Amino acid sequence: MRDHFIKRLCELALKDKRILLITGDLGFVVFDRYRQECPDQFINAGVAEQNMTSMATGMALQGKIVFTYSIGNFPTLRCLEQIRNDACYHGANVKIIAVGGGFSYGSLGISHHATEDIAILRALPDLTVVSPCGLWEAEEMTEAVAYHPGTCYMRLDKSFGNAIPAPGEKLKIGKARKLRDGNDCSFIVCGGILEEVEKAADMLNANGIKSAIYSLHTISPLDKEAIYEAALSSAVVTVEEHTISGGLGSAVAETLMDAGIHPSRFLRIGLNACFSSIVGSQHYLRERYGLSASKITARVSELLNRSLQ
Amino acid sequence: MAHSLWTDNTKELAKRIRIHVLNMTSKGGGSHIASSFSQADILAVLYGKILNVDPVNPSWPERDRFILSKGHSSASVYAVLAECGFIDHKLLDQHYQDGSILSGHVSHKGVAGVEISTGSLGHGLGVGTGMAKAAKMDNQKFRVFVIMSDGECDEGSNWEAILFAAHHKLDNLVAIVDYNKFQSLASVSETLALEPFADKWKAFGWAVKEIDGHDHDAISNALSALPETAGRPTAIIAHTTKGKGVSFMENSVLWHYRFARGAEYDAALKELEQL
Repeated sequence: MRDHFIKRLCELALKDKRILLITGDLGFVVFDRYRQECPDQFINAGVAEQNMTSMATGMALQGKIVFTYSIGNFPTLRCLEQIRNDACYHGANVKIIAVGGGFSYGSLGISHHATEDIAILRALPDLTVVSPCGLWEAEEMTEAVAYHPGTCYMRLDKSFGNAIPAPGEKLKIGKARKLRDGNDCSFIVCGGILEEVEKAADMLNANGIKSAIYSLHTISPLDKEAIYEAALSSAVVTVEEHTISGGLGSAVAETLMDAGIHPSRFLRIGLNACFSSIVGSQHYLRERYGLSASKITARVSELLNRSLQ
Repeated sequence: MAHSLWTDNTKELAKRIRIHVLNMTSKGGGSHIASSFSQADILAVLYGKILNVDPVNPSWPERDRFILSKGHSSASVYAVLAECGFIDHKLLDQHYQDGSILSGHVSHKGVAGVEISTGSLGHGLGVGTGMAKAAKMDNQKFRVFVIMSDGECDEGSNWEAILFAAHHKLDNLVAIVDYNKFQSLASVSETLALEPFADKWKAFGWAVKEIDGHDHDAISNALSALPETAGRPTAIIAHTTKGKGVSFMENSVLWHYRFARGAEYDAALKELEQL
């Protein structure tokens, strides 16, 4: 996802001199081409995310479109108040990019597990929160947030899944993508964990369970209509590589309850509120915490009281 | 071009700022009167003589940017903005009260002339640094002035900005520290000592000038000869007295939060009118 982001950002920056990229001293090699082609639109703020975010606000208020970039919790939680008071309250065109969503950097330990960011950031007014589900979405979303007015947060991870777009399809902030039809279960997903959900849906399909999949790449503002539609199936299952406290699943539950819609079966798949002192690859930790395709398949079949072959 | 539509009698302007602040805080029950008094002379000189700003066109792109990073002394900024024609005097009567847009910590929404809302300390210098950097990138000539408090320098985020501004040679950036020696609960030296304060800024690569923050000529001279050193951001360490202008408010922790009522108000007004 990261490479797709930087590829599109480089294309945009060449055409639009207002675009600036500020990194918090991360992105070794990643930015080589960007720095070569747009040297005047790149700043290394040093390991100083609070100042990076405040400065981005000041620059944005002078007409720049400023991308701030770092890993996991550094461009988000470390400088949460700068995001809230500076960027959001002033409606500044600051585009916060976190790479390493979820367990992307699983082996590096809990400092690098970005597992509460969506819950925390979706509570902020005037902040658009997006978590692309695959490579195409990550690249398209880069352009979408660049020209979406106000402050945006884009969460990227190390997944390589790719929900191929329909011919001529355009990605729109706030508009979910329906990737598959099926009446037995509706998956609502954000982030690269989609790749596990697609495999799970294949396994379920082999057992006669037809699942719809919605890519809910925009968590704030939510596409309520898509959520209502998803709830027409026999079960609603949300999947996120993130704590289930306050994240995508919570947002979907709130939306349905507010609308008086009570799906007959409802399941939030994500991390229970805990820190993982156990480390490992993203693949390993997904399996360990019940987010792998096989674990998702097992939980959905249990939800539907259907045994698997 | 300069747009100065108001008095350059900065002594008179400072006096009016203080009287407004007394009235505003007493009427609304707002706090931080002493923090507003300590910076009143700096504000008067800035708006009376230094800042290139235009109340008729407050978002004029070439204007100098002024940021109050110590957002709690908002009353004095609203007062000077009213005196200079950015906002209606009547608005001042509503400061801090139900339904008002003039908050206890400075807010830009609906208030012409306020660049940035602050209130949490350690934000203004970073935003100002971004503005100064953007101006350099775009070859714009405006300057960025940030008033900070001494207690605010406890916040680590400031030192991130201080590093950055020097590294990037932002000599269009001016930090003015209202060094009134008191913070919320006690004196600065008892809380987290800043001395040797000027040396800290110098060590970080800033040009530093120490002045008496109530001496209008000294303030004016310091702010008229910018940058202090080409290629370096400037720190003006303004030695001030917390509560300056009302004898019983001076150098007292009590008046960080207290507002004047009854006989206190009358006595304070009497002293301010004699300034």
